[in-house]
Amino acid sequence: MQPEFALFPEKASTLAARVDALYYFLIAVSGFFATLIFLLVIYFAVKYRRRSATEQPQPIEGDLRLELLWTILPFGLAMIMFGWGANLYFSASRAPSDALNLYVVGKQWMWKIQHPEGRREINELHVPVGQPVKLTMTSEDVIHSFFIPAFRMKMDVVPGRYTTTWFEATKAGEYHLFCAEYCGTKHSQMIGRIVVMEPVQYEQWLKNGNGTASMLGEAPEVAGARLFQEQRCVTCHGADVGGVKLGPSLIGLFGKTVQLQSGESVTADEGYIRESILNPMAKLVAGYQPIMPTYQGQIDEEGLLQLIAYIRSPGKTAEPAGETRAEQ
Amino acid sequence: MSTAAIEAHDDFPTPTAPREHYLNVNYGVKSWLLTTDHKRIALLYLTSITLFFFLGGFFAVLIRLELMTPAGDLVQSETYNKLFTMHGLIMIFFFLIPSIPAVLGNFLVPMMIGARDLAFPRLNLLSWYIYVLGGLFTLCAAVFGGVDTGWTFYTPYSTTYANSNVMLTAVGVFITGFSSILTGLNFIVTIHTMRAPGLTWFRLPLFIWAHYATSLIMILGTPVLAITLVLVALERGLHIGIFDPALGGDPVLFQHLFWFYSHPAVYIMILPAMDVISELITCFSRKRVFGYSFIAFSSVAIAVLGFFVWGHHMFVSSQSVYAGLVFSILSFLVAIPSAIKVFNWTATLYKGSVSYETPMLYAFGFIGLFTIGGLTGLFLASLGLDVHVHGTYFVVAHFHYIMVGGAIMAYLGGVHFWWPKMTGRMYPEGWARLGALIIFIGFNLTFFPQFILGYLGMPRRYHMYPPEFQILNVLSSAGASILGLGYLIPMVYFLWSLRYGAVASANPWQAKGLEWQTPSPRPTGNFPETPIGTEEAYNYAPQEAEVV
Repeated sequence: MQPEFALFPEKASTLAARVDALYYFLIAVSGFFATLIFLLVIYFAVKYRRRSATEQPQPIEGDLRLELLWTILPFGLAMIMFGWGANLYFSASRAPSDALNLYVVGKQWMWKIQHPEGRREINELHVPVGQPVKLTMTSEDVIHSFFIPAFRMKMDVVPGRYTTTWFEATKAGEYHLFCAEYCGTKHSQMIGRIVVMEPVQYEQWLKNGNGTASMLGEAPEVAGARLFQEQRCVTCHGADVGGVKLGPSLIGLFGKTVQLQSGESVTADEGYIRESILNPMAKLVAGYQPIMPTYQGQIDEEGLLQLIAYIRSPGKTAEPAGETRAEQ
Repeated sequence: MSTAAIEAHDDFPTPTAPREHYLNVNYGVKSWLLTTDHKRIALLYLTSITLFFFLGGFFAVLIRLELMTPAGDLVQSETYNKLFTMHGLIMIFFFLIPSIPAVLGNFLVPMMIGARDLAFPRLNLLSWYIYVLGGLFTLCAAVFGGVDTGWTFYTPYSTTYANSNVMLTAVGVFITGFSSILTGLNFIVTIHTMRAPGLTWFRLPLFIWAHYATSLIMILGTPVLAITLVLVALERGLHIGIFDPALGGDPVLFQHLFWFYSHPAVYIMILPAMDVISELITCFSRKRVFGYSFIAFSSVAIAVLGFFVWGHHMFVSSQSVYAGLVFSILSFLVAIPSAIKVFNWTATLYKGSVSYETPMLYAFGFIGLFTIGGLTGLFLASLGLDVHVHGTYFVVAHFHYIMVGGAIMAYLGGVHFWWPKMTGRMYPEGWARLGALIIFIGFNLTFFPQFILGYLGMPRRYHMYPPEFQILNVLSSAGASILGLGYLIPMVYFLWSLRYGAVASANPWQAKGLEWQTPSPRPTGNFPETPIGTEEAYNYAPQEAEVV
């Protein structure tokens, strides 16, 4: 992993080198100004040291040109830093559309991660090199923060909402995963490792799982489809079979714009779907009655993520209708 | 008790032995605990915050001892979490926030503007009692098992999950806040209404400008902290859903409310410190300050802008990306007035008559450490870079450079500078210089390695850490032992000087400023007759200066 002693952390993501470049720029600018100030203070202190107890130098009022210089110059440099940092921040907050979707649930004091193919992990994350990976994260209890120093990536994991972040690993190896938001007694043990693998090995790992077969679960959308039946979501949200449709169809919903009763419209993302399951009255879809019960306390965070995976899955278009008919 | 002191003016300018002053005007516990003299109240604060400083420092020593090894081998995780929580709470609320305003400000604001006392002397005493009461609650919380939320009380951990004394601590901090509000109110009214005739705003020492700006923050910011703590208590005690999503609340709302106070609170600590430095640099270079109005308005700019940068603590909190942009650009803007101050102090030295007494050594130390602290703030204001260093030791190093390297260095420099005026005694110069040097070295060794640790990715508030971070942690702990020793040295010689120190003259540094124009220690009523402001501040000039 890390060498015994280092001044800079490893660079293992596409973002890392870009963050480091800004870091070096800031070190250079700060180093220049700090050195300038130190040298001037030392030089003046020595050159103009008091030579006699009664010495009294001429007063100097100030100098407008100097004041302007040391106002405008730092301002200009600060704006460069701002623009540079903002640009990076935007890159870090927008995942590419071809990113792999992984779900992360944090709780005191562990990380639970599920891959799209169904593989589950605790306090470990295996990812392929060269593949953007988007993380959709939530917490079961307090606020945590998902931090991978080698990727220069960090995002808080907040109960009651989804946060997202992404990265693209560039170098195979093992890296630290830390919880970076104080979360209670074993905060410093809420750590794990990120294993970056060549794509071929990653495929292999997904299939046979290095011996830990118990973690080879079903794909989240399959589990979600089962929940959809078990929780009787299907009764109202199933395909319209001639009768009165009680709830809006969820087919192809994900990513679409939804018209609400209030006249507003929202994009159907993870957060919206989650809210609609737990607090159905918050955003009523135009044309439907407020009859859906809340599922607060009945579906856990992982279940919610599985339902969302199911709703966003491409197979969703045909299957539920068939199953509904079969049940009826 | 204050009228008697008027007679003292006959003694000026050469005090004779039994001259009456604020320390010997009367004796006994009651005369101190019921005093309304701002100078005595300043000393009450000095004593109480010093106790809290050493208590907070003791917790820091335990933290650094634990972090010498990667494993958690000295204390349990639970204890460790309580140690850093109590360290933060005590140092911030019970030492740093009252330090310069309540000790030096209390002592000097009336003197510098030519007033007999603050506008509301009894309110001033009440501030101290409120502070002590808040302190007692917090100490009780520590004694009855401690609190482990971090000084930031982040929800829903603090409201739902923590099993420690959150309520008792929150009550303590809530109460102490009122002490701060009352002190700020007192200063504002005093500075507005009690300036000596002729002492216009632009003739005031910069110390007064800084205290005015600080007072604004105290009275506008502290109530928000109080409200936030009440909301925490409501949720924790009565399960009213405000912050915990399980009760229908929003955990990030807490962070907005908390930082709305707690970021400006940083300026409560650093603004007065900055203009202690203005006083020291002018005196020990015998020069008028360079760019008076730029420094003065920088204080006001920092106080105002400081209220609009709180979101830079929340760049990875799930706050909107656009909110992040606004908070980032404002955070860069608030750095500019600080830069202006540093450049002006440096320019003040130019063609001056610089001497190296201890207060000036602290001022040099302040400029160096505050420059590093301020510049590393730019790293944290840069959005993309903050994502990486947020919540790591980089942040810990940054704010210690500001609060310890900045605020405490200035506080110590100020206490040395005005010690003769406070006590009538000189401290031993040789020991004091040695102490300043040891503190400077110890400080840098403690906190510089933490910048590197932070960029390497070591999160703060970690009881255990991966072994590759050990070397830097050992360096930091070694520095802390030097720093701790450094702080003990002034403690010892200050106490020593009370009895054995050389008797101080009225103006041992040949400083300008009204506080130096009457004997040391001051008579109770400060001035035998109301002084008249006829000149600019820092009017160090070759001609024979006129004494007011």
